Parts: sequence; structure tokens; C-alpha cells
Amino acid sequence: MARTLITVPSSARRGEIIEVRVLIQHPMETGYRRSSEGSILPRNLLRRYTARFVAADAGGAGELVFAADLHAAIAANPYLSFNYRATTTGKFVFAWEGDEGFSHREETVLRVV
Amino acid sequence: MTNYLLTLVLALVLALWSLHTSAQDPRRSSFDAMSPATQALQRDDSQNPAMLWVKEGEALWSRAPVSGTKSCADCHGGLSRMRGVATRYPAYDTSSSRVLNLGARINLCRTNHQGQPAWRTEDSARLSVEAAIALQSRGLPITPPAHPALKAAQQRGATLFASRIGQVDLSCADCHTTLAGKRLGGAKLPQAHPTGYPIYRLEWQSLGSLNRRLRSCLSAVRADASSFSDEEFVAIEAYLMQRANGMPLETPGVRP
Repeated sequence: MARTLITVPSSARRGEIIEVRVLIQHPMETGYRRSSEGSILPRNLLRRYTARFVAADAGGAGELVFAADLHAAIAANPYLSFNYRATTTGKFVFAWEGDEGFSHREETVLRVV
Repeated sequence: MTNYLLTLVLALVLALWSLHTSAQDPRRSSFDAMSPATQALQRDDSQNPAMLWVKEGEALWSRAPVSGTKSCADCHGGLSRMRGVATRYPAYDTSSSRVLNLGARINLCRTNHQGQPAWRTEDSARLSVEAAIALQSRGLPITPPAHPALKAAQQRGATLFASRIGQVDLSCADCHTTLAGKRLGGAKLPQAHPTGYPIYRLEWQSLGSLNRRLRSCLSAVRADASSFSDEEFVAIEAYLMQRANGMPLETPGVRP
């Protein structure tokens, strides 16, 4: 279970541009390093990060608003932020996928007033 | 009206006084020497990766390690009641008759009151609880307590700090007192005030304790870290905290 730090305002005015900041705990192990015992540390990377916005009145899988492919040499505990124009009330769905079957999902509600 | 004026004058005097004292104090946190980008990482809790550990520490605080045992919160109450605690460690513990740092003090609670095996120094869980407790004291001045046993540890630490060690034959003081502020390769030598521990060090890509930082300095001067006892490490920690007496705690710090 990965720990995450998500900073999104809980409410915004219609048309307002908000900043969505997301930090996730992950080692982003490159596969090139060795442990103190000398054995190669197996590669363990986050591969893809997506953020979707699901409007409350539409439902479904929602609209893809931000995505990133992650590679080796991206720092551990990757932090990614983006700006979003708030139009309707709904929720952000953040999802990460990575090596060794890593998969994590978080949701945050955004209320538009 | 006079009250208002008086408050204004008093505020002005206080502001000038604090400006005066900060200009007088030659001690600087390593925060000041960091790049603006790294400073921003520490200033903003939503960007500071150490907050991931703090979040875990908050969860561990109120969770019993196994059912039937007590959680930290069962005895101590909310985490906010730990305000000021981290500014006083290392401190002398009467029950074990030893000088303990905060991590060791947490372990004492863990073994005595929770009946659990002690956490290792760099255990992520121990660092998490330590960071969550120390965060409560953020901004408070470091205030080592007065106790003869602690004083002895501080003095022992001061001696160790000034002794030459390793193949490179340097003492801590050579770099961090005499040459502090000058450059070692591309990096500026810090004054080594432990104001932000446990820190998220970019080089480590994780949270780490002061003990780990000391060990990495020891390997830099090619000294054998395993030849130093736990008591000696705690003595150095106690001395460093005394040396930083009065400086504000900034846990969780970010360092390059």
C-alpha cells in the first residue's frame, strides 16, 4: 500500500484554474544499483501515472486530464503537478501502474460552486 | 488609543531586537545554503517528500501494533501533545540510566509498554513516528535540558567532535567549524546544526536519521563507523544539539 500526498482544493469557482499536486511514495529503483551485499537490486519503476476527472452528473470512467510515462532516472517518490480548469463538480481519480504488478488508486472530490 | 500605540511600539522594538539577534548569531541552518528549489521543497508541505513519512507516523501513533496492546495515543493522547518534546532530545532517561535520543526513547516505549521488539535505527516505521513527533515542535527553539549525565555526554561529544579520525585525518570541527562556509568540491560546507532531523536527503532518496548522517560523514573521512559505540554516537548528537541551542527546529528538513 503506497502512501500518497494529494493537494487539491476541496472547492473552486466555476472557470477557476486550480493546481493539482500529487506525491507518491515509490523507490523508483533503476535496476542498475547494487545492494550493500553486492547483489543487483531488481528494477522497480512506476511506469504510468494518469489523472482522470469524473463529472458527478456524467459518471463512467471520466475524462483523462493528465498522464505521464515514467522512466528510470526519475527521482524516488515522484511529485507531479498540473493545472486544471474547474467546470463541474466531480472527482479526480489518480492511478499509478508499475513493475512487479504495482497498482494504486486514489480519489479526491472537487466541488464547483 | 494609547494601548494601541504602546502595542505598536512594543512590536517594533521586538522586531528590531529579533533582527538584531539574528544578525548577531553567526550560526546558520544548512537550509540557508540550499538552492531555492530545494528550499521550496522543504517550505511546502505538499511537495516535501518527508511528509509521506509523517503521514505514516501519524497513522502508527494511534494504531496498536497488535490487538490487545496499547497504541502511543492510548497513553500520550493526541500527537499535538508532543509539542516541544523533540527540542529536548537527546536527554537523560532515569528508567534506563542512559542518555537517549528521540528514536531510542520511542523504542523504550515500544519494548516496555507495547511488548514489541525494538525498531532498528533506520527502520522506516521508527523514522516515521520520530518525524511525526518532531513536526509538532517545528519552529520551536532547541532547548537541551540541564542534567549532569547529559552534560557529561555533551562534553564527550565535544571531544569526539574535535578529534581527528580516519585515513583523511580530519575532525568534524575541521570542516564544520574552521572551514564552514567554504567549498568542498561543488558543495558548501555546512555548520552542521542538526535542526531538521529526521531529514529527507535527496542523495538518499528517503528519510534518514542524524545517526545515518554521522555515519556517512565518517565514511567520507574514511573512518570505521563500526568502531564507534552507540553511546559515542548519542554523545555527538547531544553535543550538536547543545551547539544548536536556541535555533528553531525545522523538521522535517530536506537536504541535498
